[in-house]
Amino acid sequence: MRYAYFPGCSLKSTGRAYAESLERVFADLALELVELKEWDCCGATTVLAVDEVASCILAARNLALAAREGLDVVAPCASCYLVLKKAKDHMAIKPDLRDAVERALKIVHLEYRDNVKVRHPLEVLLNDAGEATIKQHAMRPLAGLKVAPYYGCQLVRPHADFDNADEPTSMDRLLKACGATIVPFASKTRCCGATQTSAMPELCGDLIQVIVEDARRQKADIIATACPLCQLNVELYQPRTVQPIPIVYFTQLMGWAFGATEREVGLHRSLLSAADALMHCEARHA
Amino acid sequence: MASNPKFSSEAGRDAEFAQWVENEIGGDRLRECMQCGLCSGTCPLGSRMDYTPRKLVTLAAQGFKREVLGSKSIWLCTSCYGCVSKCPRQINLTEVMYAFKRRAIAEGFAPKGDPMPILADEFTSMVKRNGRVSEPWLMAHVFFRNPSLAYVGMTGTAARLLRHGRLPLGSHAIDKRGELTEALGTEMKREEKKEGKEPRK
Repeated sequence: MRYAYFPGCSLKSTGRAYAESLERVFADLALELVELKEWDCCGATTVLAVDEVASCILAARNLALAAREGLDVVAPCASCYLVLKKAKDHMAIKPDLRDAVERALKIVHLEYRDNVKVRHPLEVLLNDAGEATIKQHAMRPLAGLKVAPYYGCQLVRPHADFDNADEPTSMDRLLKACGATIVPFASKTRCCGATQTSAMPELCGDLIQVIVEDARRQKADIIATACPLCQLNVELYQPRTVQPIPIVYFTQLMGWAFGATEREVGLHRSLLSAADALMHCEARHA
Repeated sequence: MASNPKFSSEAGRDAEFAQWVENEIGGDRLRECMQCGLCSGTCPLGSRMDYTPRKLVTLAAQGFKREVLGSKSIWLCTSCYGCVSKCPRQINLTEVMYAFKRRAIAEGFAPKGDPMPILADEFTSMVKRNGRVSEPWLMAHVFFRNPSLAYVGMTGTAARLLRHGRLPLGSHAIDKRGELTEALGTEMKREEKKEGKEPRK
């Protein structure tokens, strides 16, 4: 299987570990990621707050690049995934928006196609690889590792079509297949404060505290996420008065279970080391 | 009885604004709101807002333009879609919030010194110029526009991210950025021309 890979800006900087681990996991499962040449920023939640037409052009250009390759788009960042899907939905209900996008894309020698599928790795891994195959690849199962699966807000609402908006389970299933224990986690889809946290951390600290305290109550060793902004916010802004809980990408845990080294899945980039949590689970193998 | 100074009188209502919001994505259902308040209860930052989401819905539907566009609330919306997933009347308030943000910026209602409109502006210009966003340079731009002590505390964090290879400072622009900037600019000029013909009040 081949996919047009849309990493997005975060996976090239603060979220590099997500890119490294995702690429490793996909390669192990013989799912081929072909990075879209000359992809542009999806516009995130920000350009739409300034210029509706521009935000749609930015998203649609990437869809047009993928259409030219004839491949489905895989967008790992929760915000990129939402924005690309939303642009499609909005162009379908607003013909003048679609006209403007088509005019703009002509200037860049591209053509908009509304049949490009936008997919998230959680769904691709579940449907195109499957839990049974993943289980076979987990040569170093995450035995006894208690994981709080944190989906964040934008990944599952409201344009996503692969999981429940309030009670998602796709990440739970993937990590269970890798041998992890999934703790009940009511904060699964609570908002981390998104961009507001980076701009106004003092205002959003409470939001992160609720999420982390919830994971602590459930005695989670680690929090797993699928969003670069959730990862950064929860890593940076959880209270340091108690032992913080490390937060890593679900693909880092999968890659580790597949036998990758710490560096291969970007675990050395964590500011809150996951080594202790993973070592405990290693000890259980011995 | 003393009136609540936060709300203007009936005379402050603007029919054009109420009409405008109805034509924005998500705005067509605002009048279906039954004021249950699930949106405000779900909103992660609802308790920090001057007008809660429930109040904003009705203020907008009734044309209270100055209250809505001048509110801090719209800049606290993190776009988490919690209210959308909970609304029993299927009102897409998150999308309407984007429309409020756009119009607040365009008409100068955005609160001065609020970091969010500055961030939105810097982010958008960077993408229009380069085709991509560089997180370290974006934060630097926002800091220069809005120097605040809060950012000084972040320099330590930035240094740690840098050390872990998470803040690459090299070029982030796409090769065909000129072409993309042109395409975005052409549509922007069209929009401005269109609005010039029918000026907004």
